[in-house]
Amino acid sequence: MAKQASIEQDGTILESLSNAMFRVELENGHVLIAHISGKMRMHYIKILPGDRVKVEMSPYDLSKGRISFRYK
Amino acid sequence: MIYYKTAEEIEQIRVSSLLVGSTLAEVAKYIKPGATTLSLDKVAEEFIKDHGAHPAFLGYKVGSKTFKYSLCISVNAAVVHGLPSEYELIEGDIISVDCGVLKDGFYGDSAYTFGVGEISKESQRLMDVTKECLQRAVNISLPGNRVGDISFVVQNHAEKNGYSVVRELVGHGVGKKLHEEPEVPNFGKRGFGPKLLEGLVIAIEPMINMGKRQVRELPDGWTVIAADNKPSAHFEHTIAIRNGKADVLSSFDEIEKVLKSSTVLV
Repeated sequence: MAKQASIEQDGTILESLSNAMFRVELENGHVLIAHISGKMRMHYIKILPGDRVKVEMSPYDLSKGRISFRYK
Repeated sequence: MIYYKTAEEIEQIRVSSLLVGSTLAEVAKYIKPGATTLSLDKVAEEFIKDHGAHPAFLGYKVGSKTFKYSLCISVNAAVVHGLPSEYELIEGDIISVDCGVLKDGFYGDSAYTFGVGEISKESQRLMDVTKECLQRAVNISLPGNRVGDISFVVQNHAEKNGYSVVRELVGHGVGKKLHEEPEVPNFGKRGFGPKLLEGLVIAIEPMINMGKRQVRELPDGWTVIAADNKPSAHFEHTIAIRNGKADVLSSFDEIEKVLKSSTVLV
């Protein structure tokens, strides 16, 4: 049985929560909680409210995401 | 987390995968115009249970939905996850039959696209090219390569032949659960994605559309269908990376033996 591919969308950080979690508003208006990816943690990339980021989500749970990229 | 399997676990996954192949071969004997897709599902369910295993899809939960059958039967423009029903097969239909088996705690997953009676040359070519995509994917699955290499060869071969690759659905790791990491898309760039390492067990399933790649979901909540209503083919193998090469755990041998001898039972 085939699996649904994970979805990648762009969004903006609304606020930063504790434990490297952020509230993100996607370009389609959806608001969800996303955490910073391990790779970004490893390279000490900081994220502040107002940054534009790329978020990965599972199609099976659209309320959680992973921030995989911060745009300049 | 990608779980790498030991040699013993791979052998158990092989048993499950070969049983899928045998089940599909058994189902192939009943594919003819007039047969209902629900009857094919019953054949598969009984065959799997007679062999002391459990149909992996029966009762499979995705979010809030539960799949209530043993097979996914996708007719013509349906890509995957078609539900068995009272639909009677018509001469010229192409049906992709996807089956999963859970035996002794390990899963096998495989799929084959069949033609019902005489099919058009275009449909036959679509099925042949999709099968070739799968074979090329298996050939490039060597340790040291990456998932992106598999994705690239599938996409490249399909698009060179004028077909399109479905984006929304992907292959996947398999073994202790039906769907595991990593995702194995049928489109992508070479050199990207997780490395193929010893002990990795994945299900590669090219889903190729004759027309455009856009798909939509039917109101039944499961069936994915090509948006332009043109036929779509789907083949799947479960493979393991072992001893420095790709070990194909499932098999089409029994299916092809049945098709060659065209034993059609009532």
